[in-house]
Amino acid sequence: MSSNSDNSINIPSAGPDLERLLAQDVVIEAGTAPGETGARREAPDHSPRAPQAGATAPGRAVPAAGLLTGGAGLQREVDQFLYRQAELLDDKQWQPYIDLFAADGVYWMPVTPQQTEWEGSPSIFAEDRLMMEIRKGRVMHPNAWSQAPMWETNHLVSHVAIESIGESQIKVRSRFHFMELRRDNVRHFGGRYQHWLVRAPDGSLRIQLQRVDLFNSQAPFDYVLQIWV
Amino acid sequence: MDVMNFQALVEPDRVHKTVYTDQAIFDAEMEKIWERTWVYCGHESQVKAPGDYHAVTIGRQPMVMVRQAGGSVQVLYNRCPHRGVQLVGNQCGNTGSSFVCSYHAWSFWLDGSVRAIPLAKGYEGTRMTRDNPDCSMKRAARVDSYRGFVFASLHADVPPLAEFLGEARIAFDDMCDRSPVGEVEVVPICHRVIQHSNWKFFMENQLDALHPSVTHQSTGISAGRVEKRLKAEQGSAPLYYHYLSTFASSFEQWDNVQTLNFPRGHGILKAYMGLRPQDPDTKAYEALLVQAYGVEKTEEFLSRSIHHVLVYPYLSVQSPLQQLRCLRPMGPDKTLSEIWHFRLKGAPEAIYRRSLWYYNLVNSPATMINADDLENWTKGQWGLQSKGGDWVSFHRDYGRDTQDGSTLQSTRGTSEVVMRNQFQAWLQYMQA
Repeated sequence: MSSNSDNSINIPSAGPDLERLLAQDVVIEAGTAPGETGARREAPDHSPRAPQAGATAPGRAVPAAGLLTGGAGLQREVDQFLYRQAELLDDKQWQPYIDLFAADGVYWMPVTPQQTEWEGSPSIFAEDRLMMEIRKGRVMHPNAWSQAPMWETNHLVSHVAIESIGESQIKVRSRFHFMELRRDNVRHFGGRYQHWLVRAPDGSLRIQLQRVDLFNSQAPFDYVLQIWV
Repeated sequence: MDVMNFQALVEPDRVHKTVYTDQAIFDAEMEKIWERTWVYCGHESQVKAPGDYHAVTIGRQPMVMVRQAGGSVQVLYNRCPHRGVQLVGNQCGNTGSSFVCSYHAWSFWLDGSVRAIPLAKGYEGTRMTRDNPDCSMKRAARVDSYRGFVFASLHADVPPLAEFLGEARIAFDDMCDRSPVGEVEVVPICHRVIQHSNWKFFMENQLDALHPSVTHQSTGISAGRVEKRLKAEQGSAPLYYHYLSTFASSFEQWDNVQTLNFPRGHGILKAYMGLRPQDPDTKAYEALLVQAYGVEKTEEFLSRSIHHVLVYPYLSVQSPLQQLRCLRPMGPDKTLSEIWHFRLKGAPEAIYRRSLWYYNLVNSPATMINADDLENWTKGQWGLQSKGGDWVSFHRDYGRDTQDGSTLQSTRGTSEVVMRNQFQAWLQYMQA
């Protein structure tokens, strides 16, 4: 049954000429029209100097695949070391965590990927073992007020690639994802770790420098970071 | 809004909780304060070259601060007059010689005036032709700067910037005077931290000398322990341990730190950190200042007793350490702070690095200090939303303030004269 058999419905009409109005006369074919695109014609010299967020940074090398020359044993040792570090953090084992760092070891979280030195420019964290001890002392103090609400973390570490194996130093990069529960809310952070590892006299690995690049380091922080990531 | 009785909310010694929690009062603040007076936009060095821009929010208005071809700095509404689309979609960058709308390619010179309208023929005979000022980007009513710090007012009828700043000008004078060439330059990184509380918590807290030894005791004590050990072991500890350990000073010590409270809500918390060590770096730096300004002026500049200067209702400036925090309120219970650091032009690198420690330890998003402030303010906001009481008390040392010219002082550093003075200014704005 067709609905327009119901005479009580008044359908607005373009009139008898609708078919003529719909008759196709122009087809836009990409790339064949003369002249510039609309935007380029209006503003041919509009060329912002800041690179677009989607552009590959100039001079950025393609990351090399992880080295396998150290053998499966070294890869496994490094993997386990990074997992251990993440586990100590999530378990709030502050002193054993600090002890993973060499005596002159440094934990560094720069603000931007362009920073190259841990001293001399603004950082989110730039801490030697003494400053780490202060931070540990703070979160353990009974009147660290911000530590009263529920607070738990969960770190995942992956993509562990050994970049170089020197006589005294192993350079490793990896990715992390970190979730934090604070009071009733969960936050997410992610990014890249870079570890410069050395051997302690007993042969075990120690951190000379850990660089942590948060992928959201320049977004507004909803509340702050209380402990290392 | 017109029927709001602001006077009834602000008594000389207490204020009604709704001034922190009520959406209608927040909206009125945006209209009567932020969108009616001078607001900080940024430093000239954030936009060095023609076309450099920085997006900034004034009250609820998206603005863009942009360097002109001729060298001056202009502040425009970030809005295409055609269909209202924002012309820049990111925080900062360079827009070349013009702004171009991403929707229909209307374009504008750096001063906001219309450059080209696409298919302009289509506008012939309409009221939207290029001679109509409505075809150009709207400008802030007033733009001015003080020693390189740029302010704009969306309202034309405001006092000159220097008059608005009043005695709080010292924030910028003190910062710049510490450079041998009298200028600072922004460090091009801005930390942004959101607090889940009213902007007033921040402004009151900055000059609240009673809270540090309570709120920050965990960090102060922990840092003091390490500092003491270092001094015992090595005879000295770097100055930055002191930045943290001072927070754990006694009530009595804090009570000796004075506040100065000025008209329009501005104020100063005087110094307590003792930032003039006599190490070789400091001596070399002071020699440069003496060379530039002479002994007497150098002494005047370096012995100014300042910890924070507040430009009410949105700036906290630590001029001796070249740090600045600017509030951008987002709602009655949500406030964004933008945290900047500046370099003293012509000063040795060591002097920059010394103040950088403060920026990293106290003002970074991993701050061991503001972690506890933010916690207090969140709980403060929730407490004020409750029906457990209607008033916020500012009674400490009430009735014992002294007036020296237009400056309100108290004999006690911990006096709540700070908050009482800020609310007098608030009331003047809201009733104007």
